[in-house]
Amino acid sequence: MADISSPTTKVVDAPRRQRGQIMLFVTTQPMGSAGLIVIMIMMIAGIFAESVAPHDPVTMNYMAMLAPPTLEHPFGTDAYGRDVLSRIIYGARTALVIGLVSSFLGSSVGALIGVASAYFGGKTDMAIQRLIDILLSFPIIILAMVMVAILGRNLWLGIDINLVLAIAIPIIPKVARVTRSAALSIRELPYIDAARTAGFSHARIVLRHMLPNVMAPYLILLTAFIAQAILLEASLSFLGLGVTEPTPAWGLMLSGNNADFYREAPWLVLFPGLAISLAVFAFNLFGDSLRDFLDPKFKA
Amino acid sequence: MRSGLLSAVSLIFGLAALSPTAATASEPQAGGTLTYAVLGEPSTYDCHAAVSFQELHYLAPHYSLLLRFNSENYPELEGDLAENWEVSDDGLVYTFHIRKGVTFHDGTPLTAADIKSTYDRIRNPPEGVVSVRQALYDDIETIETPDNHTVVMTLSQPNAGMLSNFASPWNCVYAAAKLEDDQRFPVENILGTGPFRFVEHASGAHWEGSRFDEYYHPDMPYLDGFRGIVMTNSALVNALSGNQVQAEFRGLAPADAERVKEARGDEVEFIEGGWLAFFFITFNTEEPPFDDVRVRQALTMAIDRWGGIEPMSRITFLQHVGGLTRPGSAMSLSDEELESLPGFARDMEAAREEAKRLLQEAGIENLSFTLTNRSTPPFVPLGLFLIDQWRQIGVSVEHRQLDTAQWATSRLSGAFEVLIDSAGEWNDDPSVQLNRFLSHDKFPANTSRAIDRKVDELYEKQKREVDPERRAELVNELESHLLTEAYSSPGFWGGRNVALASEVKGWNALPSHMVNQDLRSVWLDK
Repeated sequence: MADISSPTTKVVDAPRRQRGQIMLFVTTQPMGSAGLIVIMIMMIAGIFAESVAPHDPVTMNYMAMLAPPTLEHPFGTDAYGRDVLSRIIYGARTALVIGLVSSFLGSSVGALIGVASAYFGGKTDMAIQRLIDILLSFPIIILAMVMVAILGRNLWLGIDINLVLAIAIPIIPKVARVTRSAALSIRELPYIDAARTAGFSHARIVLRHMLPNVMAPYLILLTAFIAQAILLEASLSFLGLGVTEPTPAWGLMLSGNNADFYREAPWLVLFPGLAISLAVFAFNLFGDSLRDFLDPKFKA
Repeated sequence: MRSGLLSAVSLIFGLAALSPTAATASEPQAGGTLTYAVLGEPSTYDCHAAVSFQELHYLAPHYSLLLRFNSENYPELEGDLAENWEVSDDGLVYTFHIRKGVTFHDGTPLTAADIKSTYDRIRNPPEGVVSVRQALYDDIETIETPDNHTVVMTLSQPNAGMLSNFASPWNCVYAAAKLEDDQRFPVENILGTGPFRFVEHASGAHWEGSRFDEYYHPDMPYLDGFRGIVMTNSALVNALSGNQVQAEFRGLAPADAERVKEARGDEVEFIEGGWLAFFFITFNTEEPPFDDVRVRQALTMAIDRWGGIEPMSRITFLQHVGGLTRPGSAMSLSDEELESLPGFARDMEAAREEAKRLLQEAGIENLSFTLTNRSTPPFVPLGLFLIDQWRQIGVSVEHRQLDTAQWATSRLSGAFEVLIDSAGEWNDDPSVQLNRFLSHDKFPANTSRAIDRKVDELYEKQKREVDPERRAELVNELESHLLTEAYSSPGFWGGRNVALASEVKGWNALPSHMVNQDLRSVWLDK
């Protein structure tokens, strides 16, 4: 009979259990798995862009301006003779970095605010919720545009920190509202009363005892908002408020000179448009499947 | 014999058939209203304070000038309100004989006093009046009106460009009586002697004018009226494509022109020509390392202008390589002369090697800087082109794109390292064209903030030189010095491509989109 309390057994069992969970996800959520594969491909392309991309994304080639798709340039070239495929591959890096960081930041701050709001209740809860109501009354793109206008640009390691913040801020109220609902029921559970009775600080109760218990909705929102953040980054770049040329970014590839020449060179907007759609679709599929997989209500 | 007879008969019938049509087509027809688009709204009604075509394309049809550029033979001057004029041998006294029988739109007759009041307002604006180009008229010492139809302007010293300054499209002639009551009258009212009366300005929508029947020219204007529509660029392309407007007089970018051509075919005519507008790089000479001429020269040498113009002209309205004066204008440097100056070499491999050597000599390794740019075409494509060129000598550039207001603020305050700037003038005269490069303490709008007394000295000399040949030599020397010092370095010069509905006749595209906009000779071939 195995000693289930033995540490050796635990070490062996944990990865086995994780593998089992992954296999269960793959078998029960085929659409989500397909989304995950696309996301993985995007990540690999983004991380190893230097090796994967056939050309430098910013090098101009005036001998090959607006060239149609060929073997050398499978997605054609843009108005400056830059390889569209390479710019899409490097653009994945921009989309993923901004999408992941913004979504993580917005979802994490939102979850913290939502849980704290539920835990304290009363006037604190009411004040926070009214503030969230105000933020929710703005369409997400308008709020992001206002943030970009207020914050300006602030580059750090090639990433526009203020753009990340501008995308993260509209995510905060949405996540806060959902996690608050989950935290409201947790607040009433006996172990929270026990923690209070034991004299634990508010911070400890919120961070150690409540926050981990809203992890399922948090993860679902995090993946869902990655898609939103990618779309928002593309929209802001398209409007000239996000990433700027010559940085490869999908939204940016749909604007400027490319937009001027889309009639004679439709590949200029076709492929970046497809990349945005595919990425958003993949994250949405994965997010939905993750929700179905993690949420006990959906399991039932 | 029969063949000869047939040929003769054919020729006679052919001529008979062609001649009346040709005559009808070339003879102006009266009537009709011209509808044209303007990309923007006027910020003032006062020509003397205005700075943009966004004002002039609405205002010009209402006013007359003292002299005007001959639209058939630019840059020759012809009289507008001045029937003729004389300049004294020493170049100091200008005598203008003013047309008789000219009236303002309210019926009051124009006299020499109106010219004097107008030019007094321009050269010495009273408090509360803005006169943007006041400095061009600093040399006028006195303005006298010996009789009702003679104006005598006396200069304190000769000024080679002064005569063309009297043809400035901004110098709308106002009524002295109105100015006497209120010098700010033209800021909110329109009263001129031009070919069209003012009818209405609906802010954000349109501007209307109607034919002034008492205009001094017996036949002109040909149109019954005009209607200027306020538009954005995207709306303009759709409006031209859909025949909702008949013209836009500034010019279209190649992609936009292509769309209009595709939509309208032969129903639209494109008038192309050079443009007195150029886009240039300015180095902030107060910011190291751009205070070092070797760094500035290295950066300008890295740019393949001759190779870059063809691709740039495909995606923008940038069409020509040139120095600091319009290529092909009377006093510009020839291509051969430019090729000997930094930044214009044909052998780019050698030029880039020399650029790298200069950077090394200046002790600069891995140079990186921020290029401040305006977020509109053709600034962005030009910025991308430059970044790519500089990358080829190992220089890395961050592209800071700002909206027009932020860009203008950075430009004037010196909050930049390297900036893409532009200049669009109304006159090829070097005194107008090159004054922006005078030392910063003499001309605060010099964005490079350089102080160079040789520039000031050469500029002053050419301005005072009345012999055209000697003046050209001085201008060439000044331009060569400026290009060698590279405080500001040319990018490319623009080309105009104006779309007109095929029924619009009698209009020529001159190098400046500020001149020839009074519409007096425009007619509609119905």
